[in-house]
Amino acid sequence: MTNRYVGSPVKRNEDRALLTGRGLFVDDISLPDMVHAAVLRSPNAHARIVRIDVSRALERDGVVAVITADDLGDFWQTVPLVVPPPPIDGLVFNKRTQVPLAKDKVRHVGEAVALVVAESRYVAEDALNDIGVDYEPLPVAADLEKAAAGDAPRVHDDVAGNVAAQVHQVKGDYGAVVGRAAKVVKRRFVYDHGMAQPMETRGVVAQWDAKAERLSVWATTQAPTSLRNGLADLLGLNPVQVRVIAPFVGGGFGAKLLMYYPEELLVPWAAIKLGCSVKWIEDRGEHFLATTQERGQIHDAEIALAADGEILGIKDVFLHDTGAYNPYGLTVPINSQCQILGPYVVPNYDSAFTAVFTNKPIVAPYRGAGRQHGVFVIERLLDIAARELGIDRTEIRRRNFIPADAFPFGNEIIFQDFAPLTYDSGNYAPILDRLLEMIDYWRFVSEEQPRLRAEGKRVGIGVVCYIEGTGIGPYEGAKVQIQANGRVCVTTGIGTQGQSHYTSFAQIAADHLGVNVEDVDVITGDTDQFYWGAGTFASRGAVVAGNAVNEAAEAVHQKILSVAAEHFGCGEDKLVVEDRQVSVAGDPGNAIGLGDLARKANPMRGAVQPGIEPGLEATRYFGPESGTTASGAHAMIVEVDPETMMVDIKNYVVVHDCGTVINPLVVEGQIHGGVAQGIGNAFFEQLLFDDQGQLLNATLVDYLIPTSLDIPHMTLDHTVTPSATNRMGIKGVGEAGAIPVGPLFAQAVEDALELPSRGVDILEIPLSPNRLWELNQTTRPDH
Amino acid sequence: MIEGLFTVTTSVNGSPYTRVVEPRLLLSDFLRHELGLTGTHVGCEHGVCGACTILFDGLPMRSCLMFAPQAHGHEIVTVEGLVADGDRLHPLQEAFRDAHGLQCGFCTPGILMTMKAFLDEHPSPSEAEIREALSGNLCRCTGYQHIVEAVTLAATRIAGGGRKS
Amino acid sequence: MKPAAFKYLVAETLDHALAVKAEHGDEAKFLAGGQSLIPAMNFRLAEPALLIDINALTDMAYVRESGDGAIRIGALIRQRTLERDPTIARHQSLVREAAGHVAHPQIRNRGTLCGNLAHADPASEQPAVLLALGARLRSQSASGERWIEARDFFVSLFTTALEEDEMLVEVELPALAPRTGTCFIELARRPGDYAMMGVAAVITLGEDGTCVDARLTYCNAGEVPVAADRAARSLVGERIGDEHLRAAGDLAREEISPTGNAQASEAFQRHLAAVLTVRAVKRALSEVGKVEGGG
Repeated sequence: MTNRYVGSPVKRNEDRALLTGRGLFVDDISLPDMVHAAVLRSPNAHARIVRIDVSRALERDGVVAVITADDLGDFWQTVPLVVPPPPIDGLVFNKRTQVPLAKDKVRHVGEAVALVVAESRYVAEDALNDIGVDYEPLPVAADLEKAAAGDAPRVHDDVAGNVAAQVHQVKGDYGAVVGRAAKVVKRRFVYDHGMAQPMETRGVVAQWDAKAERLSVWATTQAPTSLRNGLADLLGLNPVQVRVIAPFVGGGFGAKLLMYYPEELLVPWAAIKLGCSVKWIEDRGEHFLATTQERGQIHDAEIALAADGEILGIKDVFLHDTGAYNPYGLTVPINSQCQILGPYVVPNYDSAFTAVFTNKPIVAPYRGAGRQHGVFVIERLLDIAARELGIDRTEIRRRNFIPADAFPFGNEIIFQDFAPLTYDSGNYAPILDRLLEMIDYWRFVSEEQPRLRAEGKRVGIGVVCYIEGTGIGPYEGAKVQIQANGRVCVTTGIGTQGQSHYTSFAQIAADHLGVNVEDVDVITGDTDQFYWGAGTFASRGAVVAGNAVNEAAEAVHQKILSVAAEHFGCGEDKLVVEDRQVSVAGDPGNAIGLGDLARKANPMRGAVQPGIEPGLEATRYFGPESGTTASGAHAMIVEVDPETMMVDIKNYVVVHDCGTVINPLVVEGQIHGGVAQGIGNAFFEQLLFDDQGQLLNATLVDYLIPTSLDIPHMTLDHTVTPSATNRMGIKGVGEAGAIPVGPLFAQAVEDALELPSRGVDILEIPLSPNRLWELNQTTRPDH
Repeated sequence: MIEGLFTVTTSVNGSPYTRVVEPRLLLSDFLRHELGLTGTHVGCEHGVCGACTILFDGLPMRSCLMFAPQAHGHEIVTVEGLVADGDRLHPLQEAFRDAHGLQCGFCTPGILMTMKAFLDEHPSPSEAEIREALSGNLCRCTGYQHIVEAVTLAATRIAGGGRKS
Repeated sequence: MKPAAFKYLVAETLDHALAVKAEHGDEAKFLAGGQSLIPAMNFRLAEPALLIDINALTDMAYVRESGDGAIRIGALIRQRTLERDPTIARHQSLVREAAGHVAHPQIRNRGTLCGNLAHADPASEQPAVLLALGARLRSQSASGERWIEARDFFVSLFTTALEEDEMLVEVELPALAPRTGTCFIELARRPGDYAMMGVAAVITLGEDGTCVDARLTYCNAGEVPVAADRAARSLVGERIGDEHLRAAGDLAREEISPTGNAQASEAFQRHLAAVLTVRAVKRALSEVGKVEGGG
């Protein structure tokens, strides 16, 4: 095998189609008999449905059907849990999942109440206004803390205290060490992570072929295989009767992962019932309420340290807003819980959380998936401790890093992959060293900053570190096949929402098979092409599917050798596989093209020997025992206008370690995009719900996605600490950029405004000019 | 005449089209679903994200903020028409590929149309000018950096008389 | 988010448009750029029964100097033209400066000045600018025409003095007096967003360098663009120095009536008004002598 492609900045196979507007997205699908759906959504956050009158809607010209919960018959049920809770002692979990259409009660604004199907989306939306729903409003539990209080209105009648879950995890014994700490820092942190807001909203097209008895579904899903399995189950079909295709998907970031969105169930059901294809495309207004999001946590956290800054232990109690239903289990808060340990040695840890039902949309992972909340807590605690102990902020981190020789490092508590949290490999000090070098940290804090401050400029610097558990199982698979025309086909079960799989997987295969990367066609997201898989999430695509591709391509390479050895009548060690052909070493004229060799391996006459499969093809699966731990550090220099509190990012540097890099351009792009979302989270984006559960800023005018003028130029570097969980040494990188930006902002802006010296710590995210102004107003007047 | 339906005749990518439409049909939907030119994407339908940007009489505009009848008698260019010759790529498209200026590709057509008009007017832009011109198009994947690099690369190549091999 | 159904008419002449509007009143709306109307219709916040498309009335797309150095701008002039037109650049830099803050280029390529004024969003830039300039607006109906002073034009939130049967057909910007400097500053969360606070400053100095006239207007500071007359008057007669600027800012802070929104609380808006007043007047002073006055 060569190293021609893996590690190189290869240009993408998928770009030509996307750049010329020929990439197929779900809304591009047009079927001859297609009708269009629109969803009637609850305007109330909590209400009983007394009556639904669809008669006027049915009378409207162009309306094909109006479906309510009662029309669904046996199909109506609470959907299965996507992710069950991990096996943690004493865990309390109250499963309450969503339904395809609300029947007696709505529990958040935007919950689906009826489906209208009409000849166009325009008419369908007209018909939405024809439907009369009598709601009996109920008291609303919107605010997280209030919802957790004993006297709050119950989101689910039979769940006291709105307790969706209670989890307590312990490592060591915090109580035993806090007494001898030289310093204990205790604060309340409030972290609000917003919404993914991919540029493409969600959508589903379903087609039922009644003669072939086959259902085809095109969906913007990050988990086509799981959707196929669920639809088959719920519709009473065999899995092989259902084909789910995730074509090009315009961004996922976790928002397209939920199983099952009501529309994903309703649209296929309607297609079968009505006997015609049905399309539903979510509009941006709906997206704010109908698509999963992350929101807030409140942490009461404390850290106990020795005088030199060594962490003795951490204790944290937090509330997590899970929304009206909890189909995604505990992935987000467990990630938060685990993330607090960071890249540090934390010998004693006591963490307890309550996930709380609220009358707001479902909370499910959004790029980072709860890690943001956790990293905010630990990084802020260390910043405050550093200040109070008189230790440099980078030094306190360095002193607590897990040493390079301590891996695999066991953190004992249970992670989202259901296994005790283990960091497989890592080397954190060089990352920090490189980062500080790149941002010229010591010169900035000792020379440049004092000089600029003397000129009246409010400049500050932030440095934060993080790890990220990536590449979790259960598994993915890949089939690699040399086709009769000599092109290579790589098929895998996961889908692609921009992660460049059509290129990175091609790179892996091309290196094994002696072809060019453009000779490799990658098929993802089509359950007819590949049967098994989990999905694209948790920064696992490259790690898990990439390694499956690697195994399969390696196996095909072996088959090439054995078939060619027979063809040439020589030993396998005499063969050269390159330039899309196999030849005998030293005799390049005596060659056979890979396509021809593939034909030979698929005889039309004669026999195939027992134990041998036809063709040059192999399918392999890869299931890592545990996640693999990526790591990194971000640094930022800002200048804050003290009058307007506008923040100007002067310099932004990232050093990351995702093990072996398949395509450095792709990795850079992932980091850039992650940081951009992190900046959005830190300073621009917030879902503003009022106490009646109404979303006040449900448009892109008032939910502020950063533009090209809000995101700085970033300078990147990387180190390589190969993964110990897979042969390629790959770690995930999809979420890394987004994770630490909140505490980075807090630290840098706090520094710029010198808030701590005036009695104010920044303990919340998001920030904004308005909020900074308010915080600045609260500083002690004598400073 | 007050119309319940309207006959639109418009030139799109150099070809004439005539369709009878409801006046309320958004230009974005007209292009995508009446004409089957699905390269123009719809992200928000309230004029913020820029994914639906097309050239209208040579100027970039948001097709979600126009009704199909308003295209009557006008010339529209979409991403499918960025290059007259179907097989070759516009220097912008090539540069986007070379600089990894797209990931999911959904916002890309709108950005290409915006940048094409921008480079026509500003052939040697600075990074700051590019970012300013780009600020009406949202991208959620790339963080904009590689897009800026792609536009800079395209500008250099166009000024140099084409792609250097 | 699709709009409700409507009937549609392409106006062939201005008279035609006005006649139809007179017949249908508030059930009909004029469609020019549509950059404010169409998003509202897509959200179904506006559901006019009839749209009268005036984009074919191309002889309403003009920028011309009228007597005494004033400039008249017709109803079909797009914000883009305000940024590029050489006459406006020479005589009305405030309008040009504000135009650059209006949304994004794609919106400015289509949206019209008159459409923006008729929409009367108090957060918009040009209403505040016209108020600061003391502009006049000409409206026309099937039964005649009239001139409305800018200060009388903006009545309340999204409401102008236009009657049901009137179209805003022209704006007249008076010539700036000699030795006048202007500045428009706004602070928005992201460039192109509605301002958290915006200020238009028009400062005229006498031969001896004292201020002889000052206008300060604010956007997103109330239900209509707000003129801070007390703040402005506090500058007149002074050789404007830092203490005058601060005092004017403090007065403006109290004079305006912001209501707060998703991006900025009322208190923060007031604070920004004070800050931006200082900056705007400072820059306007530095612009004195750079813009061609009238006469």
